[in-house]
Amino acid sequence: MLSPIVEALTEGRNRRVRRYRFAIAVLLTLVAALFILTLSLGQSFTPPSDVIRVLLGKDVPGASFTVGQLRLPRALLAILAGLSFGLGGVAFQIMLRNPLASPDIIGISLGASAAAVFAIVVLQLKGPVVPVFAVLAGLGVALLVYGLSYRNGVAGTRLILIGIGVSAMLESFIAYILSTAPAWSLQEAMRWLTGSVNGAQLGQALPLVLALAVFGGLLLSRMRDLEALRLGEDTAAALGVPVARTRVLIIVAAVGMIASATAITGPIAFVAFLSGPIAARIVGSNGSLLIPSALIGATLVLAGDYCGQFLLPGRYPVGVITGALGAPYLIFLIVRVNRAGGSL
Amino acid sequence: MTIRTLTAHELSAGYGDSVVLEGLDLAVPPGGITVIVGANACGKSTLLRTMSRLISPKKGHVLLDGKSIHRTPPRELARTLGLLPQSPIAPEGISVADLVSRGRHPHQAMFSRWTRKDDEAVAAALEATKTVELAERPVDELSGGQRQRVWIAMALAQQTEVLLLDEPTTFLDISHQVEVLDLLTDLNQSRGTTIVMVLHDLNLAARYADFLVAMADGRLHTCGKPEDVLTEQIVRKVFGLESRIIIDPTSGRPIMLPIGRHRMAD
Ligand SMILES: Nc1ncnc2c1ncn2[C@@H]1O[C@H](COP(=O)(O)OP(=O)(O)O)[C@@H](O)[C@H]1O
Ligand SMILES: [Mg+2]
Repeated sequence: MLSPIVEALTEGRNRRVRRYRFAIAVLLTLVAALFILTLSLGQSFTPPSDVIRVLLGKDVPGASFTVGQLRLPRALLAILAGLSFGLGGVAFQIMLRNPLASPDIIGISLGASAAAVFAIVVLQLKGPVVPVFAVLAGLGVALLVYGLSYRNGVAGTRLILIGIGVSAMLESFIAYILSTAPAWSLQEAMRWLTGSVNGAQLGQALPLVLALAVFGGLLLSRMRDLEALRLGEDTAAALGVPVARTRVLIIVAAVGMIASATAITGPIAFVAFLSGPIAARIVGSNGSLLIPSALIGATLVLAGDYCGQFLLPGRYPVGVITGALGAPYLIFLIVRVNRAGGSL
Repeated sequence: MTIRTLTAHELSAGYGDSVVLEGLDLAVPPGGITVIVGANACGKSTLLRTMSRLISPKKGHVLLDGKSIHRTPPRELARTLGLLPQSPIAPEGISVADLVSRGRHPHQAMFSRWTRKDDEAVAAALEATKTVELAERPVDELSGGQRQRVWIAMALAQQTEVLLLDEPTTFLDISHQVEVLDLLTDLNQSRGTTIVMVLHDLNLAARYADFLVAMADGRLHTCGKPEDVLTEQIVRKVFGLESRIIIDPTSGRPIMLPIGRHRMAD
């Protein structure tokens, strides 16, 4: 008789779904709490009730400027960039089945950053053409790294090593461009090398929302195929996943998101790299990592930025904080992958 | 269950510029068990991968019921033709029930919900492979034999009429090898599933095959009934090994005894 087994299976799956939803609810609450904290507590304290009134569009003397003009754009941008990095990063890590294959390690983020710097400093461009430039450059770097590492199929390690090399070249290119810029500022240099949400404006949020809707939507629509790819390309293909087409779609969508965010905040260090593995620790194999990883990304950028502004002596851009978090993990992973060959 | 015919015609395939299979013709007997044997690197895996759409042929076609599999939409093909690759990968920490459930992938639309039919297919697969007790365990913690049964369960949950398996018994001890082969034979007899598998052990191959295929250098060397294929002459040609063939008193199938250079009786 199968029915007791069927019951047990249904129950097991319901339990997994419940755990997964609970994890997502916790992460959402965390992002919301950090958002409110960022809006109400900075150099001065604004009571949450005033914050909410400002958010509802009311004019609150003393709070409208700090909250509406300074803190809100910054917090919004932090969330949007975090979602983009978290989602794009984990898509790459799942697709290549290696946590080191994240866009900020294999040169895609720095490619987008280099393009943005080039567009702004050398070509003197402004506005929405800059993200377009960055997305194209990100795709170009993805193609380059992929092409250079192609030899009878792409091997993960080769791709990662080539990506690290390409990153180093792009980083010196950015430093060079910035050093030739007439109004060269340390602030700007930090943005394009490690990422920052300093000087955020509300208008910058719109292109990010658009990119998230288009590219994020595309990724989420391939969620099941991406899950099947975690079993390896052969098994995924045997299960009916059109592997080549799915891979192109995922690369375009992930690069699109990462590069759009990078064009505005710079390549916020290691957020794309860290979010997926943290999400995997939290939800395990109870469900897709895409949404949890996006929420972790938002948490990391919000919390990192808050830390860099208020919790440490001196002020640091968010990328310095996330960079300091990510570097030890990177070393740990390289040691472990060297020993065993890791997966996500 | 419909019986399907799977055939390869003048098939050439390989990786990049290198050609592995050259002009291979094969008609898989519908509803039978076909076993492929051959020396290492002769192209057995490449043949299974080309016959299941993982690799596109350079020349020739693979036809399922007369229709090219490379022109069939992948999801539709995956409901009829399944493949268990040589070394499948399990995501870290995944449970047996979850892994076996992944076999339902081709039966589900993009946002469709999980149905009772899916659960029944998974339950039947767990039961057939005797993995019901393992359902909640993480796959990482299982023994090699248990893990292999779980992968077979995943392929069973896919409920395809044709199932290709690449070395399903490698790394198993002899009793688990026999257990897996018995299980596949049960499946073949009870559901009429057409089975094509690569095996290393010639004696088990001859024992379980209805149709035995010997490959050498990317070509089909000989195929037919085990007693016609497992001969001293063919073992010499295909494996470069001197041997003697005797008849197994239990099954009446041929058994190959390698001769080698040492430990001869006078
Ligand atoms: N992904 C691959 N890329 C390049 N060459 C491959 C690949 N897989 C197999 N080969 C080569 O193809 C030949 C046949 O391999 P395979 O079909 O795996 O042999 P078998 O399964 O019979 O041992 C071997 O020479 C092998 O090196
Ligand atoms: Mg093989």
